[in-house]
Amino acid sequence: MALQSLDIKARSATTTPSPQIRKAVEVAKLIDTSICIGCKACQVACMQWNDLRDEIGSNHGVLDNPMDLSAASWTVMRFAEHENEEGNLEWLIRKDGCMHCTDPGCLKACPSPGAIVQYTNGIVDFHEENCIGCGYCITGCPFNIPRISAKDHKAYKCTLCSDRVAVGQAPACAKACPTGAITFGAKEDMLDSAQVRVDGLKERGFQNAGLYDPQGVGGTHVMYVLRHADRPELYHGLPQDPHISPMVSLWKGVAKPLATAAMGAVAVGSLFHYVMKGPNEVSKETEREVEKEGEQ
Amino acid sequence: MTQHWEDIKNADLILIMGGNAAEAHPCGFKWVIEAKAQRKAKLVVVDPRFTRSASVADYYAPIRTGSDIAFLGGVINYLLTHDKIQHEYVKAYTDFSFLVKDEFQFADGIFSGYNPEKRSYDKSSWDYQLGADGFVKTDPTLQNPRCVYQLLKAHYARYTPEMVETVCGTPKDKFLKVCEMIAGCSTPDRTMTVMYALGWTQHSVGAQMIRTGAMVQLLLGNIGVAGGGVNALRGHSNIQGLTDLGLLSNTLPGYLTLPGDKEQDYAAYLAARTQKPLRPNQMSYWQNYPKFHVSLMKAWYGDAATKENNFCYDWLPKIDKLHDVLQVFEDMGQGKVNGYVCQGFNPLASFPNKAKIGGALAKLKYLVVIDPLATETSEFWQNFGPHNDVDPAAIQTTVFRLPSTCFAEEDGSIANSGRWLQWHWKGAEPPGEALGDGEIMAGLFLRLRAMYAKDGGAFPDPILKLTWKHRIPANPSSEELAKEYSGCALSDLADPKDPTKTLVKAGEQLAGFAQLRDDGSTASGCWIFSGAWTQAGNQMARRDNADPYGLGIAPGWAWAWPANRRILYNRASSDPSGKPWDPERRLVFWNGKSWGGADVPDMRPDAAPAENVGPFIMNPEGVARFFARGGLNEGPFPEHYEPFESPLDANPFHPQNPQAKSNPAARVFKGDMEAFGTPKEFPYAATTYRLTEHFHYWTKHVLTSAIIQPEQFVEIGAELAQEKGIAAGDRVKVRSNRGHIIAVAVVTKRIKALDVAGRKVHTVGIPIHWGFKGVAKNGYLANTLTPFVGDSNTQTPEFKSFLVDVEKVKG
Amino acid sequence: MIRDPQDLRRYTASQRVNHWIVGMCFILLAFSGLAFFHPAFFPLAMLFGGGVWARILHPLIGVAMAVFFTLLALRFWRLNMMTATDLEWLKRAREMMDGDDHNMPIQGKYNGGQKALFWAVLVCVLVLFVSGLAIWREYFSALLPIGLVRFASLLHAVFASLMIALITVHVYAAIWVKGTIRAMWYGTVTRAWAKQHHAAWYREMTGRKS
Repeated sequence: MALQSLDIKARSATTTPSPQIRKAVEVAKLIDTSICIGCKACQVACMQWNDLRDEIGSNHGVLDNPMDLSAASWTVMRFAEHENEEGNLEWLIRKDGCMHCTDPGCLKACPSPGAIVQYTNGIVDFHEENCIGCGYCITGCPFNIPRISAKDHKAYKCTLCSDRVAVGQAPACAKACPTGAITFGAKEDMLDSAQVRVDGLKERGFQNAGLYDPQGVGGTHVMYVLRHADRPELYHGLPQDPHISPMVSLWKGVAKPLATAAMGAVAVGSLFHYVMKGPNEVSKETEREVEKEGEQ
Repeated sequence: MTQHWEDIKNADLILIMGGNAAEAHPCGFKWVIEAKAQRKAKLVVVDPRFTRSASVADYYAPIRTGSDIAFLGGVINYLLTHDKIQHEYVKAYTDFSFLVKDEFQFADGIFSGYNPEKRSYDKSSWDYQLGADGFVKTDPTLQNPRCVYQLLKAHYARYTPEMVETVCGTPKDKFLKVCEMIAGCSTPDRTMTVMYALGWTQHSVGAQMIRTGAMVQLLLGNIGVAGGGVNALRGHSNIQGLTDLGLLSNTLPGYLTLPGDKEQDYAAYLAARTQKPLRPNQMSYWQNYPKFHVSLMKAWYGDAATKENNFCYDWLPKIDKLHDVLQVFEDMGQGKVNGYVCQGFNPLASFPNKAKIGGALAKLKYLVVIDPLATETSEFWQNFGPHNDVDPAAIQTTVFRLPSTCFAEEDGSIANSGRWLQWHWKGAEPPGEALGDGEIMAGLFLRLRAMYAKDGGAFPDPILKLTWKHRIPANPSSEELAKEYSGCALSDLADPKDPTKTLVKAGEQLAGFAQLRDDGSTASGCWIFSGAWTQAGNQMARRDNADPYGLGIAPGWAWAWPANRRILYNRASSDPSGKPWDPERRLVFWNGKSWGGADVPDMRPDAAPAENVGPFIMNPEGVARFFARGGLNEGPFPEHYEPFESPLDANPFHPQNPQAKSNPAARVFKGDMEAFGTPKEFPYAATTYRLTEHFHYWTKHVLTSAIIQPEQFVEIGAELAQEKGIAAGDRVKVRSNRGHIIAVAVVTKRIKALDVAGRKVHTVGIPIHWGFKGVAKNGYLANTLTPFVGDSNTQTPEFKSFLVDVEKVKG
Repeated sequence: MIRDPQDLRRYTASQRVNHWIVGMCFILLAFSGLAFFHPAFFPLAMLFGGGVWARILHPLIGVAMAVFFTLLALRFWRLNMMTATDLEWLKRAREMMDGDDHNMPIQGKYNGGQKALFWAVLVCVLVLFVSGLAIWREYFSALLPIGLVRFASLLHAVFASLMIALITVHVYAAIWVKGTIRAMWYGTVTRAWAKQHHAAWYREMTGRKS
C-alpha cells in the first residue's frame, strides 16, 4: 500500500464510489513467453524486494519450484513440454502470478471493506490489515492466484510492486528479467510493444501468435505474448476465456440486494401484518370455555 | 571470446553448441534476444538436451554428447561441397594456399608421428613446406594436393551427412537444415556467431571441438567481423582473468609460458618464442616476447632483475611436465604431496572421481582452504552420511580454513568473457574474521619471507627479493596491484622517433604494451593488461556508454585487453583493399592513410593494404590456420574421437582401429583406464551440467537459490523412464564405475533417445550444484560419477561424456 | 404472567435449553454471516471483535448449531410429520393470517405451518452445514474443486437468506400469537391458548373430547 487513497478506484465491500478526481495512466506488465528462458530471476527478485522467503521444498520430478504459488511465493515459473504438430518439442514456460484484472473477481468477492483495492492505474492490491482471511478472493479469482498464509490467515498475491510503481519504478521482476521478456509501462505502450512482438513471431512462422489480454475480465494489467494464443491452455492451463464465474457474479452481484430486500420485506411485512391485523390473542370465548371446563 | 557480449546483437545467425547460454549466461543471453528482435536473427541450438536455450530457439537439433567434431566436420564438408564459403576471405586471410610437408599423413584415425606407448605425437611432420627464403610455400591456385585446402577437403570428405547421423544420432534432415542455415552466412553481408562454453571444453577432445567451430567460422569469413567470432562464455565471473594472469601450472601472466626443464638457457628460451614471420611483411607480434617477459620480471624483481643476471631467469621454475589439477591429485594420491593450498577452489566437488580426490586429500599432512564459504573440500574429512561416507578417525590431514571475502566485499577488476576489465567497488564490509585474498596471501608471504631471512634456506632469493612496495605491506590494495600489472616506466623512455624527446618519465604509468622495452626500463606485471591504468588514471573504472558507430562498441566503457580492442582480428572485417565487407557493419577500415573505425584496429595503424599485412598478427604467417601445425597435441586437423567412456565399442570412423577410438594423445593415469566403465555394464551416456537457478557449488548456500531449486535431481528421457519403470518424482540410483548418486528423477521429453551406429543411445542428465554443505537439501556430489581424464592440451576433465546405469530406488 | 397449575406443559427444560442454544447460534450466525454477505451489514462484525474474529467464529458456531439442531430435530421430527389435516390447514393459512382462525382445521401440537417451517429449516440447516464446510477455507476449500466452492458459496448465501426469512416468520409468529413465547420461556401454555390453537393437542393433554 504505497499509493495514496486518491489513487484508489475501487474498494472491496464498498457500495459508494471511491475518489474519482485523479486520472492516472493505466499500467501493464507485458510478459513475452516466447523469449522467457525460465531462469526464475523474477522469482528471486520478487522474494528479495518483498522480503519473502518460502520454505525450502523438494523436487517433485519437474523443474518448477516452488511447486505452486503460496503466501510467500507470489510468482512461480510454470514449465510445460508440448509436442507440436510437426513432432517438434516446445518448452512453454510461463511466469504465473496475479493478472491484475480490470474486473477483478477477488475484489468482487471480498467481504471486508478495503481489504482489496484497485488503483486508478489498474493495479489490484491486497491491504492485509483489512483482510479477514475468509478466502473469498480465492473463490472469486478466475486465475487461481491468491493464497492464504497458514501462519497469519491473511491472503497474499503479487502487488505488481505497487510500492515501486508509486515512485516511478518498474516491478522488481521486470527490473530483474535478463532477456527483457518482462517489460512494464503504460498499458497502451505495452499493447503497441506486444503487437510488434506478435508480428515478429508470425514472421517466424507462429501463425497463431497473439496477445493474451482476456476481455472476459475486462482485460488485464499483466499480459502475455503467446506463440499459441489460440491455445493458451498449453501454457500450464492458462484459461481460454477467463471471466468471473457466474456463481460468483450471482453470489456477490444480484443476490446481495435481492436477498437483503427479501429478508427486509419479510421483517417489514411481519411488522405491518401485526399493525394491520393486530395480535392473535386467545378469544374470550375460548377462555370462558376453558374456565368452564375447569369448574366441571 | 573473440568478440564481446554486446556484439552478439550484430549477428544474423547464432549457433549455440557446446553451451547453454540462456541457462548458464542469462544476462549475456539478452544480446541473442536483441539480435532476434533487431536484426531478425535466427537462433540454432545443437545439444543433447532440449535446453532453456532451445526453448527460445528457431531451430533445435539433438546430438549425442561428445560427438561435436563429427557434427562440425560434417558442416565443414557441407560448406566445401556446396561451395558455401567466403572465397576472398579464406584465400587472403587463411592458410588455404599454404603447402604442407609431404611427411604429414593421416591414416585410419592416426596422424603421422604417433607413439602409442607414450600416447603422444612427434609433431615435426605437422608443418609447412618452407622455401629457400624461409617463407612458407604457397599455391594460390589451390590445386596442389599438399595445400591446406586440398588436405582439408580430403580430411572432411568422410564426414558425410549419413556419417553424421550415424555418429551423432542427429537425424539427417535436421543436420542438413542446420547446415543450410549456417551456409546462409557465407556471404559478406551475413554473419553467424558461435556461443560455446563447457559443453565443448569438458571433453577429452574439447580443444579440438572449439577449433572445429572456429574452422567453420573461418570458412564463412566470420572471424574478426561484427556479429561473428567464436565466443567462449566464461562461467566464473573472473575466470577469464585467471587465464589472463597465467594461474595455470605452465603459464606466466599474459599467455607467456614457463620454461621447460630443458630450457636452462635464457637466450634459447626467448628465441623459441620470438617467432620470425613465416610470410613476407607479417607482424608476427610474438617477436615482442622479450619486451613482455623482461617487463614482467622487472615488475616482480625490480632492481634485482638486471641484464647481467638475465632478469632473474634462473629464479623461474623450469617444469618437467604439466602440473595441472589432475596431475597434482594423481601425485597427491600417491603420497607425493604434503600440503595443498586451495584458494577459491572446491576440488572435492568440482573435479572428477570424488572418491579419488577425497582419497588424495586424506594423504595430505595439511590442507589450507581460503574461501568465503564452508566448502565440501574443507569438510572432506567429516562424515555426512551417504553423501560423504568417510571415517574421520582414519584421516589425519590438518585442515586450516582461512575465511576470505567474496567479490562484492572488495574493490577490484573483473575480466569478463569479452575481455573487459571492469572495475568494481565493494558493496559491503566482509563479515567476521574474513580477509581479502590479497591480505591473506600477503600475510603468508611476509611470514615466509621473515622465515627465509632468519633461517636461510635452499633457495631464498626468489622470495627475499620479490618486489613488495605496498603502502601497507600486509594488505596490498587492488589499486596498487592494478597499476603494477598495467606497468610503468622505470627510467625516462625516449621517443623512438625522436630520441631528444621523452615519451614517458620515470615512475609514470605506461599508455600500453607498445611502450614496453626489453632493456629493463619498463615494468608490467601482465603485458596484455598494459594500458588498463595509465597516467590518466584507472581506465577500467570508466563508465561512458556512448556507442558512436552503433555497433555496440562503447570504447569509453571499462577497458578491454588488448589495447582496449573489443573485437579480435578486426582487420579481417574489411576486404584485402581495406573496404568493409559489409557497409552496414563498418568495424575497422582503411581511410587512405591509416586504419580506423568503431574499434581499435588489430593492425599496425599505418600498414597500407598494399603491404599485405595479414589480420592474424599473433601468427607468424599473418593468417588464420585451418592446419594447426603443432599447436594442439592430437593433430593439425580435428578428428572425431569417442569419449573415453563411450556407448559404442569403436569409433565409427575407424571401426578397425582401437588406437583411434578415443583421443590417442590424451593422458590417462595408471589405474584410471581400468576405472572406465563399459557399455555392457553402464549402458547409458551421461552428461553433467549447470542449472540457471544455481552457480556451481556456491549458491546452495543462498536461501533464495535454495528455494527455487532445493533438491538434487537427474533428468531422464521419457522413453528410458518407461523402460526402467521410473516415474517423475521417483528416487533413482545413478551408477558409474566410480560410484553412485541417488537423486529425484525428472522425467522429460527434452532428452530423447538417439539412434547411433545401429543402436539406441539414451542420455542421463546430471545437474551438478548439490553437496553436503549449504542451506539447500543435502545431496551427492555429481562428480562422484565422472572419469578422471582430460583434454590432452588443457587437461580439462571429461565431465560431459561418460557412462552410467540407472535404476529406481525401491521403497 | 402468573403460573397456573392448570397450565399445560408444552416443552421440558432440556428441550427449551436445546432450542435456545440453537436460537443463539442462529442469531450469531446470522449477524456474522450477514457481515460477510453485504457491506451494509459489515459493521455487525464488530459485535464479534472485528472481521477476523467473525470469520474465525462463524464456522465454529455453525458446527455447534448443526450439532444442537440435530438434537432438536431428533426430539421433534416425529411430531412434525405432515398429515392430511396439516395440508388442509396450509391451504387455508390465509384465513389464519387474516386473523380469522376459528374455522381452521383442528390442529395437534403443531399446525401445518409450524411443521412446514420445521422441515424447511431442517433443509436449510443441512444445506448450510454442508455448503459451509465447503467454503471453510481453513480446512476444506483447498481440497475441493473451485467450481464446487463457488457453487457452495452461492448456495450458502441463498439458503442463509431463506433461513433468516424463515426464522423471522418463526419469531414473528411467536410474537403475533399471544401466549406462545412463554412456552419456550417457562415450558407451559395456558389451556385456553392450547384449546384455541392446538385443539387436538389440548384434548390429548386434558383427556377431553371437546
